[in-house]
Amino acid sequence: MATPVKVHGPPLSTAVSRVLACLIEKDVPFQLIPVNMAKGEHKSPDFLKIQPFGQVPAFQDEATSLFESRAICRYICEKYPEKGNKGLYGTNPLAKASIDQWVEAEGQSFNPPSSVLVFQLAFAPRMKLKQDQSLISQNEAKLEKVLDVYDKRLGESRFLAGDDFSLADLSHLPNAHYLVNAAERGELFTSKKNVERWWGEISSRDSWKKVVDMQKQST
Amino acid sequence: MVVKVYGPVFASPKRVLVCLVEKEIEFEGVPLDLLKGEHKDPEFLKLQPFGTVPVTQDGDYVLYESRAIMRYYAEKYKSQGTDLLGKTVEERGQVENWLEVEAHNFDPHVFNLTLHVMFSSKLGIPRDENVIKESEEKLSRVLDIYEERLSKSKYLAGDFFSLADLSHLPFTQYLVGPIGKEYMITSRKHVNAWWNDISSRPSWQKVLQLYPAPL
Repeated sequence: MATPVKVHGPPLSTAVSRVLACLIEKDVPFQLIPVNMAKGEHKSPDFLKIQPFGQVPAFQDEATSLFESRAICRYICEKYPEKGNKGLYGTNPLAKASIDQWVEAEGQSFNPPSSVLVFQLAFAPRMKLKQDQSLISQNEAKLEKVLDVYDKRLGESRFLAGDDFSLADLSHLPNAHYLVNAAERGELFTSKKNVERWWGEISSRDSWKKVVDMQKQST
Repeated sequence: MVVKVYGPVFASPKRVLVCLVEKEIEFEGVPLDLLKGEHKDPEFLKLQPFGTVPVTQDGDYVLYESRAIMRYYAEKYKSQGTDLLGKTVEERGQVENWLEVEAHNFDPHVFNLTLHVMFSSKLGIPRDENVIKESEEKLSRVLDIYEERLSKSKYLAGDFFSLADLSHLPFTQYLVGPIGKEYMITSRKHVNAWWNDISSRPSWQKVLQLYPAPL
């Protein structure tokens, strides 16, 4: 019986939850090791050995040690191709390239503005930090433009990379979830017909519901 | 089939060009002047709806995002040219790890320096000295981590050159050249040795010769 893989980090972290969603989709057993960021555990010498940038998550699979959530997701799919959702990273090179294109689009175009908004609207108030209104408006405008592109794409394709749910859609779940449920920005998604349809589908997947449960249980 | 690459004089497309040279794949550059706003033309937006470069066209097959394009060709032509992905799933994992580090920890800061130091006057945007200062500070901390990594490992993903190293070429070339911050590289012994190694690869020299930077 193989040792479960290890994920270091709090489930409330968007990047950690991206990895958890992937592990659950792929039916890969894992052990979640808490990291108390409020206490600065992510900057401790021991943690910096497994993630030198002091960010979460860090990941271990027997002798392999990795970080960066999107890299960890790709590794999980390549190491365990026969487990769980076999098509999550495509079953042929063209499908995989399309998925990589949209994972990159998420990382380069969706993530920057949505991360700022998640921090400013969902986390800053809880951390008693002052919100930056100008940063919020700038990034709302950027995200609107990105979602316009998505709406057009999702009018032509059921999911971002093609007909099947993939890593590309999964990669959006963490930030979008907070925008809709903790930042009162659901309208960004519901005001665009195809984006609304897509968000409804991907956020109701069993795997994502399990991650949300883990997040709730950790508070 | 010859792969068409849009915007070859600019930095991000050069990731694709150097990858194609390493993999011995024929390509053709398609000029696109970002400084004239050609990336916002409706015809171009049909190919790349986010209005950025590169885009590749391989017959009818269109792909965008430089790191997605590199992964596709590196895998499709795995047995040809330089192996850029490592030999095992574990090595591939390390390549993906450091490619993501480049994308999220390195690129944003060096991109800001590129925009403000090199292109702000050409694009009619105000040059923001605060952004330049903060980006240099953040990039400096990232390079300290690279220095530590490269003191234990010849290349970023291990003892083999990979997509992770290659992805750094275009913007680092700007950093040591027109941005005027070569000291950020030369002051770090292992980063310096790594940069000298990867930038002197014939593939990179060929790309620089074929498509000199626009500034």
